[in-house]
Amino acid sequence: MSSNLTLSREDIVRLCERVEGAQTRACAIPKLTNEYPQMTIADGYAVQNELRRRFVAQGHKQVGWKAGLTSKAKMQQMGVSVPSIGFLTDRMARPENSAISTSDLVHPRVECEVAFVMKSDLQGTGCTAADVLAATDYVLPAVEIIDSRFSGFKFDLASVIADNGSSARFVGGGRARYAEDLDLKTLGVVMEKNGEIVAMGASAAVMGHPAEAIAMLVNILAEMGEILPAGSFVMSGGITEAIAVKPGDSIVARFQELGSVSMRFVE
Amino acid sequence: MDKQKIEQYGDELYQAFVSCRAVAPLLTREPDITIEDAYRIQECFVARRLAAGETIVGKKIGATSKPVQDFLGVYQPDFGMLTSAMVFQEGDTIDLGQLIQPKAEAELAFVLKHDLKGPGITAMDVIRATDYVVPCFEIVDSRITDWQIKIQDTVADNASCGVFVLGKTKGDPRKLDITLAGMVLEKNGELFSTGVGAAVQGSPANAVAWLANTLGVLGIPFKAGEVILSGSQSSLVPVQGGDELVCTVGGLGSCRVKFSGRSAA
Repeated sequence: MSSNLTLSREDIVRLCERVEGAQTRACAIPKLTNEYPQMTIADGYAVQNELRRRFVAQGHKQVGWKAGLTSKAKMQQMGVSVPSIGFLTDRMARPENSAISTSDLVHPRVECEVAFVMKSDLQGTGCTAADVLAATDYVLPAVEIIDSRFSGFKFDLASVIADNGSSARFVGGGRARYAEDLDLKTLGVVMEKNGEIVAMGASAAVMGHPAEAIAMLVNILAEMGEILPAGSFVMSGGITEAIAVKPGDSIVARFQELGSVSMRFVE
Repeated sequence: MDKQKIEQYGDELYQAFVSCRAVAPLLTREPDITIEDAYRIQECFVARRLAAGETIVGKKIGATSKPVQDFLGVYQPDFGMLTSAMVFQEGDTIDLGQLIQPKAEAELAFVLKHDLKGPGITAMDVIRATDYVVPCFEIVDSRITDWQIKIQDTVADNASCGVFVLGKTKGDPRKLDITLAGMVLEKNGELFSTGVGAAVQGSPANAVAWLANTLGVLGIPFKAGEVILSGSQSSLVPVQGGDELVCTVGGLGSCRVKFSGRSAA
C-alpha cells in the first residue's frame, strides 16, 4: 500500500465535499476508489484532514481521535498492518443513557471499546504502549456508533480513511479508572441488544492490548506532523464485532471492572 | 432402546477409547436414539472405565454456548463424567498419542465445598457452595469419526470429554466477576481468540446450577470436592505435538498447557 499522495488539491476538495455531503445528509455513496482507483492511504488522510479543517472552521470542536481496524482479524481482512485513525468532535458525542436518533445516520452499527483520556501530550514516532499508559489520565468504557457512508458498508482502506474511519457518534460512560489499577489486556466485555447478548470478547482482541492501538495512533499522527494533546479522548478500537442497530433498539455494553454504557435508538 | 443395545454401544465406545480408533456415529445406525438413551449409553461407557480402576472426580458441562447449541440442534447443555485418568496438572505435557482427534477449550472450573443437590438450585446457591474457581483447559476428543456428532452421539460419548488441566491460581467468586471476566487464549505466543464468562449460559454459575438441577432429577450425586468444568469460553483450538496454549482469565490468572506426540487430526 503506497503512502504517496496521488490526488491533486482539487480532487481532495472534491472528494471531501462528497464525503461531507454524505455525512451531513446521511446518504450512502459509492466508495471513492471506484472513481479514483489509484487512491492511497495518504490520499485518504488528505481528504480526512480537509474534512476536519472544514468541520473545525464551522465551529465543531475536536475532542480526540479513534483507532479503527485494530483487531488482527480485521487487519488481515483488509490486507493492512496498521490501523486506521479518525477524528472525534463534540458534535459526535452523545450522553450515556440517551436516545440517539438514527434519522441522520445511514446504517449505524455499535461496538464496545476501551477509551483513554490523556493527561499529557504524546508525540511519535516510536511511541510505545508503556508511553501511552504513562500519559493516560484514566480509562473508561465507550460505545462507538460507526456509520460508513459507503453503500452496503463496502469499502477499501483509502475510502474508509477519507470517510473519517466511519466515525459517526460515540458514548463514553461507565466508571473511570486508573489504567494501573486494571489488567487492560484481559477485560471481558458483553454487548446486549434488547436484553440479549449479541457480542462478546476480551480487550486483548485489540492488538493484544488496547494501549498498543493508541501507540500506533500516536505514530500515525506523527507521520502527519501532529501530536496527541493532553485532554484528548481516544477510543482504541472495537473489541467486539459491530452490531447493526435501528430505532427501538436498546444497547447495554457491560465491561469487567469498568461498569456499563447504555443507550437507545430512536427515529 | 433395550438394555442390551445400550450396553453394546457403551462397550463399543469404551473399545474405541481404549484402542484410540473412532467409530461411526451412533445416530446414523440408530436413528430413534433419544437423549435419555444416550445418557444410559454414557453410563455404560463410564462404568467400563471405572471397572478398569478409574474413579469419578467431577463433571463437565458441554454445549453451553449458542453457536455449539445451534450446531447440535439443542437448546440446553449436556454433561459428562470426569475421571481420575483425565486429570493433568499445570506444567504437565499432554501426549496426544492417547487421544483420537483432540481440540482444546478454555474454561472456568469450579470446585465445590458443599454438596449441591437439585432440583431447586439457583446461581446464588452455586456461588455459596463454591470453594474456588480456577482457569482450565479441557481437551475434548471424540470417539465418533471426524466429529460427525449430533447431541445423542456426544452425550453417549461422555460429552466428548478427553482430558483436562487445572490452573493453579484459585479465585473466590465473591471477589471475581465470573460473568464479565475476560478470557484471552494464546497459542504458541500469539493471540488466538478472546471470550468472556457470559458466553457460558449468561454466566458460568448458571451452567453449574443447570447441572445440579439435572443431576438431582437423575439421582446422580454432586459432591463437595468435585471439579466442574463449566463450559467453553473460547472457540475450539486444534492442537498438535509441540503446541503450547495459555488461557488467562481477567482478574484471576492463567493456565498453561503443552502438547507432545503425533500431529493431531
